[in-house]
Amino acid sequence: MISLLIRDLRIATRAGGGAGLGLAFFLMVVILVPLGVGPETQLLARIAPGILWVGALLACLLTLDRIFALDFEDGTLDALVCAPVPLSGVVLVKSIAHWLVTGLPLTLISPLLGVLLNLPAEGYLWLMASLLPGTLSLSVIGAFGAALTVGVRRGGLLLSLLVLPLYVPTLVFGAECASSLMNFKDPLAPFIFLIVITLGALAFLPMAGAAALRANLR
Amino acid sequence: MSLWEYANPTKFMRLSGAVLPWVSALAAISIVSALYWGFFLTPEDFKQGSTVKIIFIHVPAAMIAINAWFMMLVTSLVWVIRRHHVSALAARASAPIGFVMTLIALITGAVWGQPMWGTWWAWDPRLTSFLILGLFYLGYMALWEAVENDDTAADLTSVLCLVGTVFAILSRYAVNFWNQGLHQGASVIRVDGVTGADTAEKVSNVYFYPLALSMLGFFLLFVALVLLRTRTEIRLRRMQALLARERVN
Repeated sequence: MISLLIRDLRIATRAGGGAGLGLAFFLMVVILVPLGVGPETQLLARIAPGILWVGALLACLLTLDRIFALDFEDGTLDALVCAPVPLSGVVLVKSIAHWLVTGLPLTLISPLLGVLLNLPAEGYLWLMASLLPGTLSLSVIGAFGAALTVGVRRGGLLLSLLVLPLYVPTLVFGAECASSLMNFKDPLAPFIFLIVITLGALAFLPMAGAAALRANLR
Repeated sequence: MSLWEYANPTKFMRLSGAVLPWVSALAAISIVSALYWGFFLTPEDFKQGSTVKIIFIHVPAAMIAINAWFMMLVTSLVWVIRRHHVSALAARASAPIGFVMTLIALITGAVWGQPMWGTWWAWDPRLTSFLILGLFYLGYMALWEAVENDDTAADLTSVLCLVGTVFAILSRYAVNFWNQGLHQGASVIRVDGVTGADTAEKVSNVYFYPLALSMLGFFLLFVALVLLRTRTEIRLRRMQALLARERVN
């Protein structure tokens, strides 16, 4: 499983692997929104956590179909199904690899982009604290969606349609947590819910994703 | 004699063929009489005027929108566990009905909300979760259409339905976090109050009886539509099998 993780990371970081794609998209969203809504610093500060969260979600969505599609096309996935590791483990490793190349860098540069959006200093900690587990659950949920649509040709639109409603709880709790300090609310409650969703997704969705993969490869 | 007998398509066709006309007729009678009763024989509300009568469509449609998903959940489970094709087809049949009912509930709600709340739409927890429910239906139907192999499609949509149920419930409670409910709470049947009593939080009895009849009518309509659509799907499968056999010969 560890060698699979290393292999996936190596492919993703190679040229054309798509690791930079999500990050570039995230940057674009954050730069374009102030150009669209105008440079009022107070307004920007108020909507900054929401923009960062929506940007992270869309950046994650953009790179989802790469999780299984390439392996499905060249037959690696068939080999993985027969490999002596549980298929749910494979799904888990692949979603973690996706998170390491999209979610984690997104979280790490989010304070920098927070500066661009005039986010108050006390918001940084909770922004990062919510994005860190939040993007992980986005990756795991997304891997499940990618497993569902792996057999569908040009399944990109279908994938986003399937995954979008599944992302709602994560987005609501994550954005609520990141913005709660500015609204004078306690960020701990939505944070705990976010952790619960992430752990639940980590525990159960790889199994559902494995079932979907098996149905697709039969 | 057990329920599983009707997993046999032939037996299912025979039973549903016998039941369908009766259920359809009963549904038509109860909906028409409930709507007539509701629209013309009930008094106008002293605050809301005649707009209160949208309730006779809004509430039953919302009820069916949720129950259709529940139907999909149960039939998907039956498919996953026992692999009866009729069950998977029934799940497929109920999705568009649920989606249309979700749309009806959202549209009638908007029509009522415009004069009452002064807005067509608000990001209220109940409204938002219904919109998300509509998205779930869309995704579910799109997955059925996109996958070519029927059995694979049934497998995938069942998994999606099971996972989607958990996430639909999660979203329902997630949006409650915003705490700005414009929509009223449960007021048709309350667990704490006896349904017979006229209280401030409950819908008045004058409206309750036609509403209950309308809910019954919508329920029968749902049963009739599911039976009809499942029969159509079974016939479609049979026709495809016949065509495939023709091609071989």
